[in-house]
Amino acid sequence: MSKSASLDEHNDISIVLCGQAGMGIQTVESLLTRILKLSGYNVFATKEYMSRVRGGMNSTEIRVGSKPVSAMVDRIDILVPLNKGAVEHVARRISKDTVVLGEKELVGEQSRPFRFFEAPFTNIANQIGNRIYSNIVAVGTIAALLGIGLDRVSDYVRRHFAGKASDVVKKNIEAAGAGFELGAGLAKSVGLRVVIQPNPMVGEQILMSGAEAVGLGAMAGGCNFISAYPMSPSTPVLVFLAKHGRDFGLLAEQAEDEIAAINMAIGAWYAGARAMVSTSGGGFALMVEGLSLAGMLELPIVIHLAQRPGPATGLPTRTEQGDIELALYAGHGEFPRAIFAPGTLDEGFHLTAKAFNLADKYQVPVFVLTDQYYIDSYYNTESFDLSKANVEKYVVRTDKNYKRYELTTTGVSPRGIPGYGAGLVCVDSDEHDAEGHITEDLDLRTKMVEKRLAKLELLNSEIVPPELWPDGNYRNLVVCWGSTLHIVREALSVLGRNDTALLHYKQVYPLHPRTAEYLGKAKKVVALESNATGQFAKLIKLHTGIDADEKILKYSGLSFTVEEVVEKLKKVLV
Amino acid sequence: MTMDAKVFEMGDIDIAWCPGCGDYGILRAVKKALAELDIGPEMLVVVSGIGQAAKVPHYFKTNFFNGLHGRALPPAVAIKASNPSLTVIAQSGDGDMYGEGGNHFIHTIRRNPDITNIVHNNMVYGLTKGQASPTSQLGFKTPVQVAGVFLEPFNPLAVAIALDAGFVARAFIGDAEQTKEMIKKAILHKGYSLVDILQPCVTFNKINTYQWFKEHTYYLEDSHDPHNRGEAFNRAIEKDRMPLGVFYVNPDKKTFEQNIELYERDNRPLWQRELDTGRLRGLIDEFK
Repeated sequence: MSKSASLDEHNDISIVLCGQAGMGIQTVESLLTRILKLSGYNVFATKEYMSRVRGGMNSTEIRVGSKPVSAMVDRIDILVPLNKGAVEHVARRISKDTVVLGEKELVGEQSRPFRFFEAPFTNIANQIGNRIYSNIVAVGTIAALLGIGLDRVSDYVRRHFAGKASDVVKKNIEAAGAGFELGAGLAKSVGLRVVIQPNPMVGEQILMSGAEAVGLGAMAGGCNFISAYPMSPSTPVLVFLAKHGRDFGLLAEQAEDEIAAINMAIGAWYAGARAMVSTSGGGFALMVEGLSLAGMLELPIVIHLAQRPGPATGLPTRTEQGDIELALYAGHGEFPRAIFAPGTLDEGFHLTAKAFNLADKYQVPVFVLTDQYYIDSYYNTESFDLSKANVEKYVVRTDKNYKRYELTTTGVSPRGIPGYGAGLVCVDSDEHDAEGHITEDLDLRTKMVEKRLAKLELLNSEIVPPELWPDGNYRNLVVCWGSTLHIVREALSVLGRNDTALLHYKQVYPLHPRTAEYLGKAKKVVALESNATGQFAKLIKLHTGIDADEKILKYSGLSFTVEEVVEKLKKVLV
Repeated sequence: MTMDAKVFEMGDIDIAWCPGCGDYGILRAVKKALAELDIGPEMLVVVSGIGQAAKVPHYFKTNFFNGLHGRALPPAVAIKASNPSLTVIAQSGDGDMYGEGGNHFIHTIRRNPDITNIVHNNMVYGLTKGQASPTSQLGFKTPVQVAGVFLEPFNPLAVAIALDAGFVARAFIGDAEQTKEMIKKAILHKGYSLVDILQPCVTFNKINTYQWFKEHTYYLEDSHDPHNRGEAFNRAIEKDRMPLGVFYVNPDKKTFEQNIELYERDNRPLWQRELDTGRLRGLIDEFK
């Protein structure tokens, strides 16, 4: 058991905690990732969970690395089962090298080989006074295996439970200590030890989820109004903004339905606020008429659309990139829009902030398209550069002769708000004249259509460019968008081919004008998307005439993993 | 010296209402009420949906948000919450407010924003040419309800009182003076106020005419206590002859704008405020 049990051959290891909903996996995830990051370890965490409050089977993957880690892997180096059935739930991902750390009766009889180490978390917790401490015992054990000092663990556990009764804090620290002792013993007696180099710079970085990056980005864009109806996986953005609303003078209102949510947000912009809605596909479907209203009223709106698998209720807590066409074609009538799709946390922050400025500047809807995988994944990254995120306001003071829809050469009419200036601000969902009054003058109608659509030209002039990585020549070009960025990048690093590049889109509409040029240089274009029909590849075909030679598509409800992409790319690259 | 209602005049404009329509009287009553309260066009926003009644803001000088069918109330709530110094009136017809927008009607009352909800109630759909509305009376025949309406008519006053709306009144436009007075009281009320205004549709409702409303309405007695919710509810569900007047008042409710705490420490509207970048920096640093 000596050398073979050592995990130090890895630069990074993948720890998976698996158990029923309500068993506190999230507490372990939150504690461990934070302790690891503070200790200078690069860390990534993502979860897959069932749409239920208790029971079922959920798992969280925590990757720890010497180098930055920010993508999901299939491989499990250490599995901590917290309930019976946990091993079966992730059986596909277990190999003979997987270390299973836990209680015999929870692991049960398994046919496939793995390395089992007894870790009686529940017994230890019971000795401390209650089985609920077993999660904290596990935190201590894993920390010890990773070579983190007990002081660091105790300090953070104390911080995490601050404000709770002193007995609760004491017992949790005791539990972490007992777990730590167990881990240290395992490391010594069976040679189970993980060697990952800490990097002091990591301690200075930020660790957050996609939802938090989007929420902070909204604040940086001057958001002071969010109206939303709770819907997985978009809810964490609403919760985050509600939590900080009072401090930032931001109204977070839970609407009676998504229809009210978007109509409120549009009304808020009309009165000068900077508003967003946050929803998922089904909720957005209800907002579609409101989207069209924003198009007609020429009022800004920011829509955070966190995708999940459909149609209909689909898989509420799973992931998919299936709503790009919905976002693009939603809304009756013709009007321009922009769609961002962040791949990194930094992009989630800056693109969401930019969405507010762009929406305000051109008086159009701007989408931030994420998905469950993006929203629920955490990792450490450089702190956001606030100097690059300014709140740009485009509201004007009106005069007596103000006309809300004055025809201009650009299509953008100066946007006044009621109560600021001597003019009246009149907006109408009917076709309207320059003053905002209902009209059936069909010549004027033609002019108004052209005015609204002229703004697409302006949007075209400032498209966020796709990122080519690595820069230079290539035979194969893998094209992806949004949340799959880190996964594909790591897969390409694993493949190590110098003839293959990645083109990642952070803005999927309007499509960047250099797209045809990028694709034209490749012998083979591979489109990779988490949907069944290759929606972005279709969009590229529509705008460039270029077909992807291969499509790698996944629509099971789970994210791609690095290994999966490696295997699929091996089969198609030339 | 009160404001002259002429400040709201648009001059010679094309109005899409039928001659004799009750909408004209309601428009006049609203303008007079506003003038008598000294509320000018600049700080007023009228929010409407779609329908003949919803065209009302096009016919007088005001800021307005003529949105979607059934969706007047959500933007009205947001406009008031974003800038409480504005006077906000949400005004539309019975189909718009009670049918398509029924869910918003319920939840806006629960929210209690300081807005006035004026509903033109003619018991029929005018703009779509004569189908039943949520308030159409039992037996009312239309090209769609060919055997006559058999759905229980929606009772907006009873629903509003059940939800403890702060101000609930019913007017009949046949009495312009009393209609104006009720609109004034509604605007002055701090919180959500409902004025359901009975009016005939002279083109598509040949049953509920001026004469019919005259015969089927009467004023609540002076002795009616509008602070008695149970009694207000009992009066609201009277069917054969419908009472008019202020049914119910609850002046003690906190408004939405008070509850959201945006204006406790800072009374500026949202558009005047700047992001506190230092505070945001601090929040981001908490993720270290």
